[in-house]
Amino acid sequence: MLEIKNLHVKLEDEDKQILKGVDLKVEAGKVHAIMGPNGSGKSTLSYVLSGRDGYEVTEGTASLGGEELLDLEAEERAALGLFLAFQYPVEIPGVGNMTFLRTAVNAQRKARGEEELSAGEFLKVVREKAKTLKIDADMLKRPVNVGFSGGEKKRNEILQMAMLEPKMCILDETDSGLDVDAMKLVSEGVNALRDAGRGFLVITHYQRLLDHIKPDVVHIMANGRIVKTGGPELALEVENNGYADILAEIA
Amino acid sequence: MALPELKQTATEARLAALSLPQGGCLDAGRAAAVARVQTLGLPDRRDEYWKYTRPDTLVTADAPTAEVFESTEAPVFDAMDRVKIVFVDGVFDSAASDDLSLEGVTIDRLSDLADTDIHWAKDLYGVLEARGQTPVARPLAALNTAYATDGVVIHVTGKPSKPISLIYKHADTASDAILHHVIRVESGAEATILENGPAASRFNKVTEIDIADGGTLHHIRAQGRDHARRAATHMFTRLGSGSVYKSFTLTVNGVLTRNEQVIELTGDDAVAHVAGACVGDGDFHHDDTVFITHDAVNCESRQVFKKVLRNGATGVFQGKILVKEGAQKTDGYQISQSLLLDEDSQFLAKPELEIYADDVACSHGSTSGAIDDDALFYLRSRGVPHGVATDLLTLAFLAEAVEEIEHEDIAAELVDRLEGWLARRR
Repeated sequence: MLEIKNLHVKLEDEDKQILKGVDLKVEAGKVHAIMGPNGSGKSTLSYVLSGRDGYEVTEGTASLGGEELLDLEAEERAALGLFLAFQYPVEIPGVGNMTFLRTAVNAQRKARGEEELSAGEFLKVVREKAKTLKIDADMLKRPVNVGFSGGEKKRNEILQMAMLEPKMCILDETDSGLDVDAMKLVSEGVNALRDAGRGFLVITHYQRLLDHIKPDVVHIMANGRIVKTGGPELALEVENNGYADILAEIA
Repeated sequence: MALPELKQTATEARLAALSLPQGGCLDAGRAAAVARVQTLGLPDRRDEYWKYTRPDTLVTADAPTAEVFESTEAPVFDAMDRVKIVFVDGVFDSAASDDLSLEGVTIDRLSDLADTDIHWAKDLYGVLEARGQTPVARPLAALNTAYATDGVVIHVTGKPSKPISLIYKHADTASDAILHHVIRVESGAEATILENGPAASRFNKVTEIDIADGGTLHHIRAQGRDHARRAATHMFTRLGSGSVYKSFTLTVNGVLTRNEQVIELTGDDAVAHVAGACVGDGDFHHDDTVFITHDAVNCESRQVFKKVLRNGATGVFQGKILVKEGAQKTDGYQISQSLLLDEDSQFLAKPELEIYADDVACSHGSTSGAIDDDALFYLRSRGVPHGVATDLLTLAFLAEAVEEIEHEDIAAELVDRLEGWLARRR
């Protein structure tokens, strides 16, 4: 599904190398988790994959379903099936949440040569999916993320994911700012989307999210590289001992 | 005090090219206005009030030529049930206009007053304009009062069932139109005035509005898409107790536009809202100049102006709130913002507050910025193409001004027009 080879990335504006050779392969139907200390390059990886400006790829490749990603615009990557759930979802005053969702869904369908959803069809689907995420009519009407609580913003991210039905989902610290109940709700939303045809890359600092979204593979990232890969037990090891042991081991 | 020589010469040259309409009950008002123009002199680039907008082409003897814009779209407000009053290059078109009788309102043509000895409008004609000459001179408005060739006088006595729609068509590439309207809204009466169209190559328009206690006037205007047209408009509004005035202007294109709103809140509890949205591309200069005087207790005024500028377009905002002594509990709000879609465009803003009462709430804000990169990336990461995402964010920026329009269908129609304008430039 997602294949990253020897990815080197620096900041565009300064001479600072962030990713120093990342190799990663996420198969369809699998959930991979990336853990790592602050500043290890986890969020940069998610931004580079989704096409945010400000980064320069100096070496390496990334592909989704065999299609080269890095030369594409952000919207083309999205239409190919890539989705990033933001750590800090952006507030957009003046753009209604519903308008935003419908514009996004139909833009992707159009880009893929599919027929656009009518207002009626769209409304039916969005209401149904919003209900399972406990997103009420008012949240759908309000401007995108404006005045939403931390939990509401993350639920709104998952709603977008459910509506867009991407092939590859990247969750960037989706657990940050969530209380226990909200984390459970968000995780249920994610788990409902787990599917043989869909891959997940879950970026997190903490093991607790992985209690809810059970990973198949866990990677430890440090200093711009994946330094260790294992099963779910690796996350528990980090939880109990911190990163120091692992980093010492590979040093 | 004698005028500076250059100003004197320019003013004389302009007046020499005009002929003073004669006869009827407006003669005295016109004569007084001629004297005002001669005393004030027409604006030139050395005038402080014209620091950001060059008045040269608004005062020349002949109007600069302007191509007529051919649109395939129906004019704005076309589908609405309304009483249409059509002017072509400033000349009344009776064939295209509707019958002017409508319950709750009396509409006459200004030029018909030439045959009348007495008419209610005589006591208002030029009066609010003259009041509006202090503390800041507005000579183009005085020139208008003196030389206006036509216009309408509207007396609102009830609640007419449909809007009164002034339609200004542009047909001749060298037309120079001067129209003057007078509107009197009686106590408890309520009406909606619509205006649309470019009017002429050069358009000088004055509207004097007197709203009695408890009266309400809604005004919505769309200024037409002709690229080379020029316009200097003034709206002088006086509000009585508990009266309401709400005005919105959409400006799309136009090489030069100066819209002045001069508002006087003279009765307690009156409400005045003025708003505007403009979008300009390239050779476009748009100036909103607003002067609101609070001279009564517990009045509310609100100014919301948004401008989207690209390819070297210029936006100007001069907005003043004057709170006179004794005008306690004044609630004054002013916001002017521009969205610059590139680095060549510019926005010049001069917000002013002058307050002589101690128990008031007045706020003003002015910003100038680009499209928010984070919001743009967020939309694109969801699959919304760059151009569509930019348009969505641009419309979102304009929304605060458009939302000032109470009539939802009209607001939706104007948003559609803005969307079309943006999409054509994608």
